[in-house]
Amino acid sequence: MPKTLVQEFTKGLWEEIPPFRLVLGLCPTLGVTTSMENGLGMGLATTFVLVFSNILISMLRNIIPSKVRIACFIIVIATFVTVVELLMQAYTYALFLRLGVFIPLIVVNCILLGRAEAFACKNTMAYSIADGLGIGIGYTLALGALGAIREVLGKGSLTVWGDMSYGVASVFPSFHPFGFLVQAPGAFICLGLMLCILNAIGKK
Amino acid sequence: MNEMVKMVVALTVLSAVSGGVLAGLHRSTASRIEAQQLMFVKGPAIKAILAGADNDPISDRFKLSDAGTETNFFVGKRNGKADSIAFESFGKGFGGDIGLMVGVNLASGRVIGAAVTTHSETPGFGARAKDDPAFSAQFKGISMMDKQIKVNKDGGQMNALSGATITSRGVCAAVTKAMSTFQKLAPQIKEQIKRFNK
Repeated sequence: MPKTLVQEFTKGLWEEIPPFRLVLGLCPTLGVTTSMENGLGMGLATTFVLVFSNILISMLRNIIPSKVRIACFIIVIATFVTVVELLMQAYTYALFLRLGVFIPLIVVNCILLGRAEAFACKNTMAYSIADGLGIGIGYTLALGALGAIREVLGKGSLTVWGDMSYGVASVFPSFHPFGFLVQAPGAFICLGLMLCILNAIGKK
Repeated sequence: MNEMVKMVVALTVLSAVSGGVLAGLHRSTASRIEAQQLMFVKGPAIKAILAGADNDPISDRFKLSDAGTETNFFVGKRNGKADSIAFESFGKGFGGDIGLMVGVNLASGRVIGAAVTTHSETPGFGARAKDDPAFSAQFKGISMMDKQIKVNKDGGQMNALSGATITSRGVCAAVTKAMSTFQKLAPQIKEQIKRFNK
């Protein structure tokens, strides 16, 4: 049964939410989610690349020779990643510094190549945009949620925007931050627990 | 054969278009990126080195070129008189170029402070060149009229960071290069400084 545009969009938000259902794109998921802001920034950068590479690849899907399609996809993806990198340097330099090497590493994010190969090269542009937006926003929400959990429990505060930061201690005075969660091993454990919870909820 | 040609054409055209787009974007964002880097990366280093200056060194700057490379010079003023400048020079470290901001007192020609700006050294080892204030403090007081500066392992006076000799050499190379730039451009720097002494 062919899916509608809306279904293609919403599947990325729950059924196929990248880090939890597809279990793809884990390198930035583990690397940058030390705070909610970092997670959301990384997710939005990935969404931008995903949507535009899906548009271009679905447009060119009948022109690209199938034997060199992967190479063509990589060129398209790498171009948009460099665009994001330059734009972030020009407009959101502080975020660029914090995300560091993970921005150029979007090129090798499996989600992008996966969507290009599995979806954009077989579907029309409108469907590809819906797919890219859905998966991208799902990824952003997942990274934001993971970042928020790690930031709240690990640092004991939550930075919402710029300097607006809320301390957990002001709500629960006896709270003591669990610093382990902001470190790399904490990322693995946090992601594992979230996977476990989501699998338990979504089990059919 | 036909398929072969198609593949080559498709890849070539795609790469060429991508290259063109990126070159255009790079050119149009270059000045903004430079301004952002000045503010976020070099700004704190310049302010720390020219501490006590009562102007904004980032806006009071001039450009001079030496052997094809352009360098920004930042002017520090005290009581309305330009008495110090800071500029960046590079040396080869373990993971790539190390950028070092060097501040010079114009009257004495001696270094008043140095700080690493950009680097790609190993965290915990070479990266200490940026984080360890004791390391860069060694450069204070060196005369810019010297020929070169070396780490103690190579017969110089600078204490290298333990476990990061290559990084320390890179920083020394950056200072050495700053000396030669300063000596070569001294007349032009004097000329430019006059503009700020009003």
